[in-house]
Amino acid sequence: METLWPQIERLLLGVAKPARYIGGEQGAQYPTHGPGKVAWLLLYPDTYEIGLPNQGLQILYEILNERPDAVAERSYAPWVDMEAAMRAAGVPLFSVEQHYPARAFDVMAFNLSAELVYTNVLNLIDLAQVPLHAADRGPGDPIVMAGGHCAFNPEPLADFVDVFVLGDGEEVVSEINEVLAGWLADPVDERVRHDLLLALAQLEGVYVPALYVSTYAEGRLVSTVPAFEGVPAEVAKRTVNDLADWPYPARPLVPLTEVVHDRLNVEVFRGCTRGCRFCQAGMITRPVRERPAEQVKQMVNDGLAWSGHDEVTLTSLSTADFSDIENTVRDIIDDPVHEGRVSVSLPSLRVDAFTVGTAAQIQKGRRTGLTFAPEGGTWRMRQVINKLITEEDLYSAVDAAFSQGWRRVKLYFLIGLPTERDEDVLGIAELGKHCVEIGRRHSKSVTVTASVGGFVPKPHTPFQWFGQDTVEELQRKVNLLRQAAQPVRGLTVRWHEPAASAAEGVASRGDRRIGAVLERVWRNGGTFQEWSECFNLELWETALAAEGLSLHEVAHRDRDEHEPLPWDHISAGLHRDFLWTDWQDALAEAAVEDCRWTPCYDCGACTEFGLEHVVASATPPAGGSQGTGQDLAAGDRIPVRLMGTRA
Amino acid sequence: MTEIPAVRLRFRFTKTGKIRFTSHRDVARMWERAFWRSRLPIVRSQGFNPHPLLSFGLALPTGCESLGEYLDARVDEAAYDPSSLATLPEQLSDLLPEGMVVQAVARVGMAEGSLQQEVASCDWELEVLGVVGEELEERIERALAAPSLTVQRERKGRQTEDDIRPAVLALALTQTDGSTQGEYPVGRIKAHLATHPRGVRPSDLLSAFGTDVVLARACRTHQWIERDGARFEPLTVSGLGTDPVVEHAQGRAS
Repeated sequence: METLWPQIERLLLGVAKPARYIGGEQGAQYPTHGPGKVAWLLLYPDTYEIGLPNQGLQILYEILNERPDAVAERSYAPWVDMEAAMRAAGVPLFSVEQHYPARAFDVMAFNLSAELVYTNVLNLIDLAQVPLHAADRGPGDPIVMAGGHCAFNPEPLADFVDVFVLGDGEEVVSEINEVLAGWLADPVDERVRHDLLLALAQLEGVYVPALYVSTYAEGRLVSTVPAFEGVPAEVAKRTVNDLADWPYPARPLVPLTEVVHDRLNVEVFRGCTRGCRFCQAGMITRPVRERPAEQVKQMVNDGLAWSGHDEVTLTSLSTADFSDIENTVRDIIDDPVHEGRVSVSLPSLRVDAFTVGTAAQIQKGRRTGLTFAPEGGTWRMRQVINKLITEEDLYSAVDAAFSQGWRRVKLYFLIGLPTERDEDVLGIAELGKHCVEIGRRHSKSVTVTASVGGFVPKPHTPFQWFGQDTVEELQRKVNLLRQAAQPVRGLTVRWHEPAASAAEGVASRGDRRIGAVLERVWRNGGTFQEWSECFNLELWETALAAEGLSLHEVAHRDRDEHEPLPWDHISAGLHRDFLWTDWQDALAEAAVEDCRWTPCYDCGACTEFGLEHVVASATPPAGGSQGTGQDLAAGDRIPVRLMGTRA
Repeated sequence: MTEIPAVRLRFRFTKTGKIRFTSHRDVARMWERAFWRSRLPIVRSQGFNPHPLLSFGLALPTGCESLGEYLDARVDEAAYDPSSLATLPEQLSDLLPEGMVVQAVARVGMAEGSLQQEVASCDWELEVLGVVGEELEERIERALAAPSLTVQRERKGRQTEDDIRPAVLALALTQTDGSTQGEYPVGRIKAHLATHPRGVRPSDLLSAFGTDVVLARACRTHQWIERDGARFEPLTVSGLGTDPVVEHAQGRAS
């Protein structure tokens, strides 16, 4: 394989942030390619700065490079200036390690973390000089794969991606590699791509869209079913049972240039059972699987020594819920090996004074801002979305934050939620105003920022049936909120572009027909659609119209109970009737409690896969209600498996 | 604020190859991480957001290489082991990315001026495309003969017009043969450029030659301190592991 570096380096003096394209990170691997080794190119379809820290990609990078029969390199989306320079000079997409051409790899595997990157996926396949449509690829072309949370509705990308992988990748990536190695052992003119796809479709967690056919009636999807013998009617996600088996990344990549999340990340658990109804991640990653605290501490110590970082983030969907989080954090801070220089950050704080107290202990010297996510402006709204934070919880947390030296508090909210009324939107301003008043008791210079995003319903959640707000309605609500907040000194409202929520909705819940829409948006120049300077809703509306579709049909329309959904043949374990019941509960403003500490609701995530929650302690974390509204003293049974025991 | 007794160590290092596309700020962060991993007891600032007391010399423009970059670090005198100096360059080179090689370290007097103040001029080797051979030679001669060389530059986000002629101390074509980069002929230029009052970047210099001269590669080969009519490098490559203090009066005149 020949490196493209001599051609690439000539382009780099003329583009912004050229360090994005040079690789050379600490932890980068330079494997020797050759026969008997499946060559994987792991791609993040957004800029280097966004993509490099991605933990899923780094985990697979290490696992594959440890295998004797695999090699893995990485690639990211070149920014528009670099793409133009590459196309003008005829330079195809390349890996950042050895600058090998992407098309020379056996696999191009995309991480899909957000829907608005889909047009970048198309662009990268094209920039790699690989046929855009899966149907046009031959035995010498790379297999295009995709995984990540967005793969739970694979249909919008079905035309372009050969193989989707659902759920945790740690185990299945090796199974896929073995199948590929066998197929690649044959000379290229004897390989039949269809045979490979059939073989891969036998693996659990692997979905090959070309082996299924979607039928439509009266402009709506009827079903997506296997088109070949021996292809499963439903594909269920993969779940790693014990995180302790996978202490990855062990050699996290340390970039040469600035990226987002420029610190060590250690994942402390996977899954979440708080049951927030808007949250796809919380639904599709169940059950909760904690990493043993000892292993967390070891990974922190090793990672800091390896990287030279002085900050570590303990990642998960709700890190304050990690069993014995307080002692774990304190042990890290107090470990003499760090010479008192290390700070720990928790990405998502529970809204209670206790958690703030912990945060005060660990964020030494960097007390700039603290973020809470009440998500809804009124208690009624928060019951609908099952984010059970009482006003008292929030106010005591904010009071604790201001009293302990923070001057800025940021509050995250969603607007455009089901059943939302204007009073719920105005409630955001009320909460913000009250938080400013609390802060004034401690300091004159406090600021509170209410950050507002337009809600986009996601597959495999109770809100998957909900027709999202139109751009106009979201804009009206934003304006309403801005007017209400405007007279309040110290309160700032920030909002996400409502038009982008509409396009995200199309990519999020669309069926296979959205493939042609994505292709039109891309062909008309619509890359980097999650970047406000590049986003253009008109491209999407024009493309939808050309395909006989509309924003209303795909994004803004309520679905009824029995309407076939594009992801009905994809399973995250969650029973459809559980989700429907939860949706009806939401409409009735009825909340459900966290199932780690209460009896099972039979959502399906555990029972479907013979799993249980794995936690280190049956005692819920200290801190009163922890914002759940649950009576945690109740109950004499442990609905979880304790770490180190077998049920 | 309590002052920790400190010694000042000066490091000389290269920045060559792929790593030339990282920024000055990126290099600063690489050093911070390398020092932290090396356990050299760098003094940290007091206050709200403590940071290691490192002082970098003249920023090297992103995309340019260098055979002599410098960095001063304040090291806790009580915790510092002078005998570690001999092995420090190798140890740090191993912790820094490929292309960054630590060539020398020495202790310098606390009273010496900062690298930013002291370095008065730099030598550059440039490779250009577009205009080569005699045509390039003519342009160089014309530039040297001109009373002023006005170039457009960006300063703090605003376009300014500057006369860079006073800062061009020497300029010559070093090679007139037919060397190439890929299929293109390359012209090689040596330039000696002043750093005060405002440094001239290779791209600034070339813009005075015309828009058809394209910079392909630039390497800063030397940085010079001038004192009493003599010039010195802030630290020579042969200054490996010297302790105690290197006085620049003992330096080698060029």
